[in-house]
Amino acid sequence: MSIVLQANAVERRFPAPRGLADLLLRRPIRAVHALSGVSIAIEAGETLGVVGESGCGKSTLARCLVRLIAPDAGAVMFEGQDIATLRSSDRLRFNRAVQMVFQDPFASLNPRMTVGAALAEVLRVHNIVPDADIPARVLALLDQVQLPASAAGRYPHAFSGGQRQRIGIARALAMEPRVIIADEPVSALDVSVQAQIVNLFMELQERLGLAIVFITHDLRLVRHMAHRVAVMYLGRVVETGLTHDIFEAPRHPYTRALISAVPSLIPGQARADAVRGELPSPMAPPPGCPFHPRCPIVMPRCASDAPSLINGVSCWAAG
Amino acid sequence: MRVWLPLGAGLLILAALLVMAAVPDLLTPYDPLGFDYEALLAEPSPAHLFGTDQFGRDILSRTIAASRIDLQIAVFAMVGPLLIGSVIGLLVGWFGGWADALFGRLADIVVTFPFLVLVIAIVAVLGPGLINMYIAVACVGWVVYAKLMRGEVRVQRSADYVAAGQVLGFSTGRVLLRHVLPNAVRPVLVYAVTDMALAILLGSSLGYLGLGAQPPEAEWGVLIADGKNFFTTAPWISLAPGVAIVLAGLGFSLTGDGLQALLDVKR
Repeated sequence: MSIVLQANAVERRFPAPRGLADLLLRRPIRAVHALSGVSIAIEAGETLGVVGESGCGKSTLARCLVRLIAPDAGAVMFEGQDIATLRSSDRLRFNRAVQMVFQDPFASLNPRMTVGAALAEVLRVHNIVPDADIPARVLALLDQVQLPASAAGRYPHAFSGGQRQRIGIARALAMEPRVIIADEPVSALDVSVQAQIVNLFMELQERLGLAIVFITHDLRLVRHMAHRVAVMYLGRVVETGLTHDIFEAPRHPYTRALISAVPSLIPGQARADAVRGELPSPMAPPPGCPFHPRCPIVMPRCASDAPSLINGVSCWAAG
Repeated sequence: MRVWLPLGAGLLILAALLVMAAVPDLLTPYDPLGFDYEALLAEPSPAHLFGTDQFGRDILSRTIAASRIDLQIAVFAMVGPLLIGSVIGLLVGWFGGWADALFGRLADIVVTFPFLVLVIAIVAVLGPGLINMYIAVACVGWVVYAKLMRGEVRVQRSADYVAAGQVLGFSTGRVLLRHVLPNAVRPVLVYAVTDMALAILLGSSLGYLGLGAQPPEAEWGVLIADGKNFFTTAPWISLAPGVAIVLAGLGFSLTGDGLQALLDVKR
């Protein structure tokens, strides 16, 4: 397996807006620590599931991976090059290879463009097919995401959430990408539609050999479709490994809590150690291990020293 | 129904105005410049529906003939500010930063002055005449359009479809013109229709003051000014052009409001 896209110790802070009072009182600049040193690698043709609570930095990571947000420190590497340094044709090559599917299917399509025009625009701008073949390719793309050919002439408002998400996927596929970053692509959809979209992703992966970064807070989806999983907590990856290993033998107490919190359909099965307390504010992450204020197996050391990710887990107790 | 009534009425008035401006010769009962010494300062009568002026010229014919200039004012006094303001608003809304801050201060300065006073001041410097009036209106009027456009662009800029355009490797120009602009321009265009009513009022105000259209050109404000010396004895001289201004203003306002309501409902 070869690595296509890699994040190396990516950090990103968002400074909080400062009012006049902050300036006058000389309060320090406060910032949301969205990512505090995240490293992940995406291998060709695999699905990497990224899970975590809302506010853990998943979406920021997604936007860093497609170059919508520049990291403050660390780098996202594509074919061995830092994507922040890519210029003109190299950058377009990166854009073609790494595409994104957005969370909100109602905001991610231009409401003033028909579906056909939106797809044709991508094909034309990047000269993906000769102009004469564009209409045929548009139909092929629609077919690939199981939309009828008649969809091409209609505007996004004529479609349901699930159909719009298919359009978003078709638009990404128009670039013939090798990696798709899917940022909570089904969380805005009904459960019945979620399954269809997830299956579509899996089908496309099989057919086109896509690598998919599937970002979600829903562990069941990850278990269903991901080959590998990265569990994020407060801007860090706390555990990563093969899906089967993570679900059968989670090593980080946060992962264990997440997995046991998944509602079970088997009656009578106890729901053990759900996470205690609230997610701390990313404005003021706790010192030491970010999870220690909520951790059931906290040790004195956890409050002062932050563990690093060793052998796929970031916990002093995991040895 | 609520939408169609004002919109229909407005469009009807505008259509009438357009016909008057397009073929005035077919509608005027008399030569608008023809003197008639038999009927000086004649009262409104079946022969002269709105009376005649001190030279016996038919007021109705003069008012119809003037509609061409006033329609031209409505369009040109709107187009300049619309284009300049939209481009500036699009750019500062998108790029933000120091240009946006500078724009904010500049806009504050311009809107602090009463609109008409500022326009009159600029025309006074440039000299009276229609062209100079358009220049003066463009200098002042662009601010409103720019603020409107900037606000819309800032909303659209954070939409995911704009982010999608960037991920798809589209150039900034393409994202701005093909994606942001079509989604931001609608309120600006609706405002432009309403603004034409203000443009007509402004044009006739300046015409009345002798700063806009110059006397041989028949313009409603100029016509009203012509009648002011006879106002106690022959008030009808100013009446017909006055009514024309009110109707034209009403037509643009109703159309603008109707369009706004129509487009809002669809959203």
